[in-house]
Amino acid sequence: MTSEAPSSTPWDAATAAPRRRSGFGGIFYRSETLRGYALVLPIVLAVGIFLSIALVNTILTSLWVQDYMEIRPDWTIAQYVTALTHSGYRMLFIRSLWISGLTTLLCVIIAYPIAYFVAFYGGRRKMIWIILLTVPFWTSYLLRVFAWKVILGYNGVINSGLMSLGLIDQPIEILLYNPVAIVITLTHAWLPFAILPIYVSLDKIDRSYVEAASDLGDGAVARFLRVVLPLSLPGVVAASLMIFIPTVGDYVTPVMVGGPDGMMIGNAIAANFGKVSNWPLGSALSLTSMVIVTLVSVGYMTLGRRLSERVA
Amino acid sequence: MTDLAATSNRPLLLYTILAIGVLYAPILFLVLFSVNDSLYITFPFRGFTTKWYEQMLGNAQMLQALTNSLKVGAITAVTATLVATLAAKAITRYRFPGRQPILSFVMLPLVIPEVILGTSLLTLFLSSGLSLSLFTITLGHIVICTPYALAVMMSRFAGFDTSMEEASLDLGETAFATFWRVTLPLVWPGILASLLLSFLISFDDFVISYFLTGSDQTLPVFIYSQLRFPRNLPGVLALGVCIIAASILLVCVAEWLRRRDTSSEV
Repeated sequence: MTSEAPSSTPWDAATAAPRRRSGFGGIFYRSETLRGYALVLPIVLAVGIFLSIALVNTILTSLWVQDYMEIRPDWTIAQYVTALTHSGYRMLFIRSLWISGLTTLLCVIIAYPIAYFVAFYGGRRKMIWIILLTVPFWTSYLLRVFAWKVILGYNGVINSGLMSLGLIDQPIEILLYNPVAIVITLTHAWLPFAILPIYVSLDKIDRSYVEAASDLGDGAVARFLRVVLPLSLPGVVAASLMIFIPTVGDYVTPVMVGGPDGMMIGNAIAANFGKVSNWPLGSALSLTSMVIVTLVSVGYMTLGRRLSERVA
Repeated sequence: MTDLAATSNRPLLLYTILAIGVLYAPILFLVLFSVNDSLYITFPFRGFTTKWYEQMLGNAQMLQALTNSLKVGAITAVTATLVATLAAKAITRYRFPGRQPILSFVMLPLVIPEVILGTSLLTLFLSSGLSLSLFTITLGHIVICTPYALAVMMSRFAGFDTSMEEASLDLGETAFATFWRVTLPLVWPGILASLLLSFLISFDDFVISYFLTGSDQTLPVFIYSQLRFPRNLPGVLALGVCIIAASILLVCVAEWLRRRDTSSEV
């Protein structure tokens, strides 16, 4: 805080730099608001404005018409009608939602005991556990997905391993190029991102609540269900959203391990900007999926809040 | 106190170790097959070789893509960290109207699927007459890296005692001098961590680069283009192993820097 000191002391006059506090500079210096705005301006310009222009541009494009190679600004909602009624796209939306939903569920179920272990039994090595568990998330996504293609492929690790052990004499074809392969790959890729928020919420729990429950006669299971689980729900909700939202639009995994029956909405969006070259439809699909994802997420968040209020 | 004092839980410990094994297993397979003396990625192993690594080093296209990625990553990291540091200072220290909405606004790229971001930026660039190049990739990377940089910087700013800054201001330093001589040295580890993480995200990004790439490819786009040719796969594996090793090193350094001597536990 810039508390005003009397500037009459000898050393003050001799050593302190003169404080410019008059005129425009003075207003600027004194006003937290203006200083705040000045400091956030670069980030707002670099990310916010840039992003909003891009999104507004996408909204405009989605309302226009593709005419051979050109986009004509004839206002229409035809693209949205197609996006919502075309059975192919509807199937892609539904498939994307269930693949992401299942991935999220698996990630949370697998991550919870890990986060619980690190938070409650990690001791002084908590940080080492967390770093060990999150490092894979920061290594090449593309290569980790590729690794699953190598593992599940026709001549892949599992098939060639089983064959060289003599357990099978024909490679199993159903491992790769289906939605299950996508779910496996995505769950593996995003698991570290589920562990972190759940760990943070478990670690924050005041241990005296747990002790109190124990002193009041709750057994281990009751203590977990009535104290620990409800208090960790915000972390579970955060983890779910951090996985669900980006995976719905995933592009790499379906291309690498999904095959024709494993295409997701991200691939349809990309195709409309690439091969098919129908930008308005691609933009409409982008925005539609964003709206759907937002609705699902908001619904889930509300449910999560209700649930933790009711239990707590 | 009942069994709460127990400091170990064997089933959960085993489960966690198993999970770590599963998390690292695919990476391990890449390492194993990158030194396997066979063009095909199949068991059984044929013997140890370093020829795929030698082949990789002799690949001029790959080296060009690597240089491109390094350039893009460096510019992205510096820009993202710079704007994030200023904003983190303002958001954690000053009260001003609209602080929370601004924060949510600039964190938005975290919750927009990358395909949507990539295609939105693509339409924006092309409709504004900009041709695709390393420059457009860099702009895209700045958008996705800045929220991470901001998160790192905000935890750093929140982690140290503000009384030092107050003392400096009370002793007559200007706001700028205080920032330069007091705040900056205190947040320096955070800045390094943010630089490393932004660089890593940019270096690793495939989707944004894929949509915004012109004739100059970044490394992940190059790798993706190589995956179609079975002949080149072992070379790609060798390259991938190098990238993963470098990423692991960078992320460990970044984590260590980020957590070092901040008062907060996480």
